[in-house]
Amino acid sequence: MSKIHVTTTVNGDETEFLCDPRETLLDVLRDRLNLTGAKEGCGTGDCGACSVTIDGRLVCSCLVLGAEAEGKEIATVEGIADGDTLHPLQRKFIEHAALQCGICTPGILVAAKSLLEKNPDPTETEVRYWLAGNLCRCTGYDKIIRAVMDAATEMREAS
Amino acid sequence: MNYHSPASFAEASALAVNADGVTRFLAGGTDVLVQLRADIVTPDTLIDIKKIDGVSDITQNDDGSWTLGVAVTGAEMTEHASLSQDWPGVVEAMDLVGSTQVQGRATLTGNLCNGSPAADSVPAMVAAGVTVTVTGADGSREVAVEDIPTGPGRTSLAKGELVSAVNIPARGANAGDAYLRFIPRTEMDIAVVGVAVSLRLDGDTVADARVSLGAVAPTVLLVQECADAINGSTLDDAALEALAAAASAACNPITDKRGTVEFRTDVAGVLAKRAAKIAYARAKGETVKGDHA
Repeated sequence: MSKIHVTTTVNGDETEFLCDPRETLLDVLRDRLNLTGAKEGCGTGDCGACSVTIDGRLVCSCLVLGAEAEGKEIATVEGIADGDTLHPLQRKFIEHAALQCGICTPGILVAAKSLLEKNPDPTETEVRYWLAGNLCRCTGYDKIIRAVMDAATEMREAS
Repeated sequence: MNYHSPASFAEASALAVNADGVTRFLAGGTDVLVQLRADIVTPDTLIDIKKIDGVSDITQNDDGSWTLGVAVTGAEMTEHASLSQDWPGVVEAMDLVGSTQVQGRATLTGNLCNGSPAADSVPAMVAAGVTVTVTGADGSREVAVEDIPTGPGRTSLAKGELVSAVNIPARGANAGDAYLRFIPRTEMDIAVVGVAVSLRLDGDTVADARVSLGAVAPTVLLVQECADAINGSTLDDAALEALAAAASAACNPITDKRGTVEFRTDVAGVLAKRAAKIAYARAKGETVKGDHA
């Protein structure tokens, strides 16, 4: 079976890869581009651990084929920090201890960043609904929600 | 598996006509890729329709009707203020499907063609009188949404046919719609029962009601007896009780882990009353929030 040649942009850098038609974008990111931040939790779009954005739209990368990335702009958790300077969301996750095992964290950071870009001043209810597709089996969610709310406050004050 | 991304619906249809084995069309992929990954459906040919011009467009036509491209996502519908204003029931029903991430990909067309009797957007589309344009080898035809599903996972589309547009009628004045579903939690679940109501008012009197039930039969149902129960009424208590009785009588559900036959039959009546009240209030010009935050 011949492979598909795909040209795409990942975290601002133009990238090329060859992939099998069945490979998901998650497979491509992890196994071909060595971007292992996005995690495979369920592989069926239920857990959100593989969250990335495509052209600014939050999606599960396990439910996107690598071939579909042609000409798109992909953003992953690896692009959130600015060099060694953590994004406010990342700092607040550490401050609030909003993670334990860490598997869900990259997906939640990508999803939360996407929320704050659309809605810089969300209510707690809006944060909880927005993140309903990101499962965490460790924290019980409260610390995550507090970290996102706190980061939103800081980002509003800074802007 | 062969992956194609044709530039037109005619080309997509021709690819499907000439393909051997299992063919699937790929829109948002939130069902197709799950089935592929789980080895439930392993397509030999996958035809991605998202490279076709116009598939992501939401267009209001001169007569007030709407044409939605087949790759328009739930998120794009929710963000569209005037579509949400015209057809809040349809938009909210689609918005109930899956998570934020799924909303970024999932489409009305995929929800319809997946053929699930529990698909949230389908009762809302049926109540709204939505049709789809179906393109095949011999050209295109317009088909009512209720005529697409024929059973769980099955549709009336022939080999080489695919949905090429979603046509939502003009809303018109003094009219409203609503969709409600029962799930045992608040988010991220599949309907145990879903009910959609669309109606128009002559003064205080209901006219042109359409009522559709989901997850209570092998396909989504359009129930004329429910419409008859409220047409000509002011949605008084007697009409609401008749509506509930007609909805329950139309149910032909199964018992599964989500709900029993008895539960689904009862809840269909309860939700029919509530959805009718919301549709009525919206037809009166009131802003009523749906189920979803």
